[in-house]
Amino acid sequence: MINLAGRDILHSWGKFVLTGIGLGLLIGVTLTMAGVYRGMIDDARALLDNSGADLWVVQQDTQGPYAESSSLRDDVVRSVLGLPGVARAANVTYLTMQVHRGGTQGSEVRAMVVGFEPGQPGEPGYLVAGRHITRSHYEAVVDIRTGFALGDRIRIRRHDYDVVGLTQRMVSSGGDPMVFVPLKDAQEAQFLKDNDAILNDRARTAANPALNRPGVPGLLEAVQATQASNRNVNAVLVQVQAGASAESVAEPIRRWKHLEAYTRDQMEEILVAKLIATSARQIAMFLIILAIVSAAIVAFIIYTMTLGKIREIAVLKLIGTRNVTIAWMILQQALGLGLIGFLIGKVSASFWAPIFPKYVLLESGDAWSGLAAVMIICALASTLAIRAALMVDPAAAIGG
Amino acid sequence: MKLPAHWTRHLGLGLLGVLLLAALAYVVLRSGPLAPVRITVTQATEGSFAPALFGIGTVEARRAYLVGPTVAGRVRRVEVDVGDAVKAGQLLAEMDPVDLDERMTALDASMARAGSVVAAAQAQHKDAQARRELAAITARRYVDLGAQNFMSAGAVEAKLQERTSADSAVSAAEANVAAARQDLQRLAAERAALRQQRDNVRLLAPADGVVVSRDAEAGSTVVAGQAVLRLIEPASLWVRTRFDQGRSAGLGAGLPASIVLRSSPAAPLTGKVARVEATSDSVTEERVALVSLDTLPAGISTGELAEVTLTLPATPRTLLLPNASLQRQAGQVGVWRVDAGGPSFVPVRIGQTSLDGRVQVLEGLKAGDQVVVYSEKALDAGRRVKVVDALAGHRP
Repeated sequence: MINLAGRDILHSWGKFVLTGIGLGLLIGVTLTMAGVYRGMIDDARALLDNSGADLWVVQQDTQGPYAESSSLRDDVVRSVLGLPGVARAANVTYLTMQVHRGGTQGSEVRAMVVGFEPGQPGEPGYLVAGRHITRSHYEAVVDIRTGFALGDRIRIRRHDYDVVGLTQRMVSSGGDPMVFVPLKDAQEAQFLKDNDAILNDRARTAANPALNRPGVPGLLEAVQATQASNRNVNAVLVQVQAGASAESVAEPIRRWKHLEAYTRDQMEEILVAKLIATSARQIAMFLIILAIVSAAIVAFIIYTMTLGKIREIAVLKLIGTRNVTIAWMILQQALGLGLIGFLIGKVSASFWAPIFPKYVLLESGDAWSGLAAVMIICALASTLAIRAALMVDPAAAIGG
Repeated sequence: MKLPAHWTRHLGLGLLGVLLLAALAYVVLRSGPLAPVRITVTQATEGSFAPALFGIGTVEARRAYLVGPTVAGRVRRVEVDVGDAVKAGQLLAEMDPVDLDERMTALDASMARAGSVVAAAQAQHKDAQARRELAAITARRYVDLGAQNFMSAGAVEAKLQERTSADSAVSAAEANVAAARQDLQRLAAERAALRQQRDNVRLLAPADGVVVSRDAEAGSTVVAGQAVLRLIEPASLWVRTRFDQGRSAGLGAGLPASIVLRSSPAAPLTGKVARVEATSDSVTEERVALVSLDTLPAGISTGELAEVTLTLPATPRTLLLPNASLQRQAGQVGVWRVDAGGPSFVPVRIGQTSLDGRVQVLEGLKAGDQVVVYSEKALDAGRRVKVVDALAGHRP
């Protein structure tokens, strides 16, 4: 028994293959959009995993260091370390800002500058090149997505830093690559303003008669010195002891320390549900539109191919071919087109996903459900052509 | 022999299909969950290094002098300006003496008057002495005459009494002279005290040095304790350096130092640790050490920032590893050792670290163990890995 679909494809294979490639690229785009969404969620998870913390302690009534700004005194960490169930706790600062390479005139990159204490939660877990920071100032470990290389000098606010190590997949929830610097330098970068602003502050203090008393030498200098120092951090990262639950450690912090503490699940909900919600809806709408467009294209192509074979189908009907056989041929063609399109789409998406500026995560679960969706869409799209084929009058074969 | 046409088409399409499936297989194996994690490894080898401590410091003067008045007053004149070199005892500035000069003139007049009083008392003394001589002679004559009964006893007694009175008058006159002299002394002492106060409003340099700031001009009012001028000894500049408490093991006096000033980052200077302060900063968690410079460069200024690196004595030979290979799992510090069955986590005990990123491994590994240094993703036990030469720059 000959395979009608196979014979027909062999007969007009050029058109079939080209259509398959076109459809494949469209499906590749669809898979990439889904990958962008997964990548955003994975960015948020990577941020939480890489910090290595079980609890995030932040300013009261704020939603964490990532979704909102939070400011704590840096000696809060000492009282948190004394709580039962706490294995390690450390200060961290986060600031998203522009980082320049080689002075303020060089190329700049938007990065999240993380201030950490070495050996404590918040430091980069694994490197892909270079070494960890060994000096207490002016060294940095950067993510390779910044485009910086080992030995570059980068400028953050007032100081130049040497890049001594590279990491991978250390990104903020928005996809900005991270730059790790020592905590004291990050505190200064976050809170110490530029020289003109400092001079302005000094002049304002000197103009205040309560602070600039002529009879008290040294008072003005002391007040100006406190203005130039900063003792704030954005969050305290806490690791709980093995066997203790994060919630049991978080509850006394919330109740007695006038701070807010979030567990891993709560932070994930804040980042994924609140930060990414709008982008998720945007991408969902895009996917629906792409699915509709794919369905329309498959329907159109199959219909056009069927219409091009009206005479041949009429001849088939004349010689007694059953309707089921003809319908099965068209369905097979549609499914084959869908399969080829899916394969080409998956391969091309895998090849172009790393080039995207933000992380694109192609999950195999998405690929399987994509394949199922493509098969269903092709099957449904072929119904139009099948209906047209079944309505062909056999008499048209002999010019009727 | 030419193949039939439909065989060529079969072959062509078959080739395309095979190509597609090969591409799919490549994609699945290289970037899906089946793909191995790429890592680089190194061997743990014996070696030693010279650990170093790194800190940031500011250039300060060892001794700084604040020259100012001890009582509130108005500045009359300032003799020197910023940058002048001064000698010990040189007049730097003078405060307004107000009425001290007039009071000294008054005291001078009082002293002159006291001198006159002394002269008057001396004259009175001479007068009393003369009277006493006369009274003594007269009393002797009357006693003689009384013994010969030419005078009455009463007259003799009267003259004797006059002699006694004259003696007393001489004593009184001597006492007056002494009193007048002591008064003169008192006034001289008061004048000396006023002289001291007058000298106090002259501000003299306490030691050789250089003026670094001129804080009050002539005519301004300053309170006691406020500085009019600040001096430093320019040869005594050192760097007050702060080291993280957690990374300052081995800090001590005498360690050799390499100092890089912010103003000339390409020219490091040498020096050594002069003193380690006994009080540390508990808020910033830093220890403070004072590092002296062997030679002072021209144009150095106080308040300039410097980066100081101290070299500690070399460590004994132990196993060394790059610090990028240290990881934490379940609260323990260790490394991933690669053997035939894939990576396994080995807890280690680390010793000192060097500034260029090597650490001593004291326990947990033997020489020649292969250890993961860089990895694309976080590792777990038994994960499929692939050893490559270098990872940097590659994206999955």
